[in-house]
Amino acid sequence: MISFGPTEEQEAIREAMHGFAESAMRPIARDCDEDSIVPDDFLEQAWQLGLSTTQVPEAFGGMGAERSPLTNAIALEELAWGDAALAVAALAPSLFMNALLDHGTDDQKRALLPGLCGDRFALGSLALLEPRALADATRPATEAKMAGSGFFLSGTKRLVPFADRARHFLVLARVGEGLGALIVDRDAPGLRIAEAPDKNLGLRAVPHYTIELDHVKLAPDSLLGGERGCDLRRLLDTSRAAIATCLVGLARAVVDYCVPYAKDRVAFDEPIARKQAVAFSLADAHSEVEAMRWLAWKAASQLEQRSSATKACFQAWSYAGERGLWVADTGIQTLGGHGFIREHPVEMWFRNARTLGVLEGTISI
Amino acid sequence: MIDFSFSERDERTIQTLKEEGLVCRKYARYYDENEHELPPDELPEAKDFARQRRPQVAASEADSGPVVMAMVQTMYRCWGDYAVKFNQPLFGGLGNAALQAAGTEEQKQRWGDRFLSMAITEPGCGSDPSRLTATAVLDPATNEWILNGEKIFVTGGVRASGVVMWATVDRSAGRAGIKSFLVLKGTPGFEVAKKEKKLGIRGEDTATYVFTDCRIPRDHLLGGNEEVQKQGSGGFRGVMKTFNMTRPAVAAFGIGIAEAALDFTREELEKAGVTLDYGAAIGTRSAVAERFLKLEALHEAAKLTVFRAAWLAEQGRPNNLESSVCKAHTGTAVRQITQGCIEILGPLGISRDHLLEKWARDCRIIDIYEGTGQIQRLIIARDLFGYGRNELN
Repeated sequence: MISFGPTEEQEAIREAMHGFAESAMRPIARDCDEDSIVPDDFLEQAWQLGLSTTQVPEAFGGMGAERSPLTNAIALEELAWGDAALAVAALAPSLFMNALLDHGTDDQKRALLPGLCGDRFALGSLALLEPRALADATRPATEAKMAGSGFFLSGTKRLVPFADRARHFLVLARVGEGLGALIVDRDAPGLRIAEAPDKNLGLRAVPHYTIELDHVKLAPDSLLGGERGCDLRRLLDTSRAAIATCLVGLARAVVDYCVPYAKDRVAFDEPIARKQAVAFSLADAHSEVEAMRWLAWKAASQLEQRSSATKACFQAWSYAGERGLWVADTGIQTLGGHGFIREHPVEMWFRNARTLGVLEGTISI
Repeated sequence: MIDFSFSERDERTIQTLKEEGLVCRKYARYYDENEHELPPDELPEAKDFARQRRPQVAASEADSGPVVMAMVQTMYRCWGDYAVKFNQPLFGGLGNAALQAAGTEEQKQRWGDRFLSMAITEPGCGSDPSRLTATAVLDPATNEWILNGEKIFVTGGVRASGVVMWATVDRSAGRAGIKSFLVLKGTPGFEVAKKEKKLGIRGEDTATYVFTDCRIPRDHLLGGNEEVQKQGSGGFRGVMKTFNMTRPAVAAFGIGIAEAALDFTREELEKAGVTLDYGAAIGTRSAVAERFLKLEALHEAAKLTVFRAAWLAEQGRPNNLESSVCKAHTGTAVRQITQGCIEILGPLGISRDHLLEKWARDCRIIDIYEGTGQIQRLIIARDLFGYGRNELN
């Protein structure tokens, strides 16, 4: 049944998240970008929302609500409307948790999840991208060589969010002829986390690190999903849907910012909003936000129904990557010189939009 | 609950429409090349199909609602062919929509089973109907309206047995003076002067009407309200409301045609050994595959905006903004998709041995009639800014 009606619960979550975005994210977003830092206060505040732990079964330390990519998408759009970088930070713990919930064995869930479901912000992280052009997540250079019944893991991973705080890493690697994700403890000998975070165009507040793995010895049960392995496609699909959703929130923020600006800014004796050249591009921006959102919802809905979501997630991600960036770019053009100045948030949103499209495997819904 | 899946019954409907559509396609080229002929109301194959029809799937709660399914029907009928219909007209003409929106109960009873065209555009005005010059003058002696003027681009104008035409009863009153009148074919002074030759949708008849001292009974004024309100534009707005459902429907035409173009292109690409992998990493896909997948995503995006507008109507919620969003977005999207498919297939794309070049021509109208893309953007922008017509035009 084609239906665009969120449940009452989803509506309530949307409202709560919007409130949080307005009160806790907007006021600090610019400073966080300038200082390249997410304050501990903010992470604790976000942790109290239960974004990540709510959907972990009680048996593994969570609150036992059903895992719902759709509900998460609705929440993420609001948070990303507040600020994309802080949204990525707030949801960072979900990255490792969702991967474990979707693909882990019961033993792995039992061993790792309760420790991450406490009263304070805690997380594991995902190490997926590598420092190469044309990075292909499905063909990593990082390799886990069989050694007896365990593995020796070697390689370099880039853009690992919150590596400085992560207790565990899920590292994507070649395992024999296939692919696997390996659970690595942060204290494992041979694992080195770069001293300073990667410096990026956008999402500057989020600490992304390079980590190096040099013959890290791993036990046989460190392979995510055990002998069954993990469905890497689903892992990437989930991430693509999350990126698309983030771009929806970001693009909506751009339109919401430009509309009052254009009504206020006078040129040639009338508000520029009354000029078709400005009005039409904002009309298109609005239409694109709508189109992006429905694609993102469709992707999330298929992830939720556990049907094959690869096509829908590709479409949502590819479309939002292009059009979201276009909306952000249009935001700059609407403000003209002011769009280029860091007093207004649109240049930051533009940098964030460009960055988000690239960050496969660093957000999850 | 948010859901984007079709039920088994919905899928069956789509499958049936596609089977019928493939029959329509056999005639598509003929009526494109023989523009002076009207396609029949029912294809000869329709009767056989009716006999063979497979058992229906029982209705269930998982089925999509009626307005969404009306859009699905519209899409997949056009997926077959825009102008050739399997059986009975797709829906009445635009005049029927106006009759339903603005007519009295008695008028709906009287004329509801006719195919009615709608005549608004004149040689000197299109997007801004408030400038129209056709006049209606009441003759109190005979209780008749006397109509004068010329109307162009009347969709279904030859086939229709009557028309809802817009004329002003008081030019000084501007938009408030505009009323709509029902005129039946055969009324003296009402002449179908010409059938247009067009870039696309050639199987659809687009006519010019001329009214010369055409007398119609007084009760042929749609809605029956003769008063001209100097303040506001109540009657005008009533008719404009018609467009909230016809705009998504027009967008749905384009979605169906563009889907046909994508399906054809996909088949040809696969025959040529191009693989389409949604999971492939950057740099591992051919340029052609990448281009195709992007067009496909654009199509899906546009389609969802149409469903959004339809779903809102289904919920009884306002969809003025969303019907313009879907019309504007789709109008642009289907041009890019069909023209892009031609580019991808090259010689095959421009060959009149195939239908792709026709689909690209057919699609070009979507961004023009029923409110051009520019008009849709005006509506969207006014809504965004909270502006009225005078603040943004």
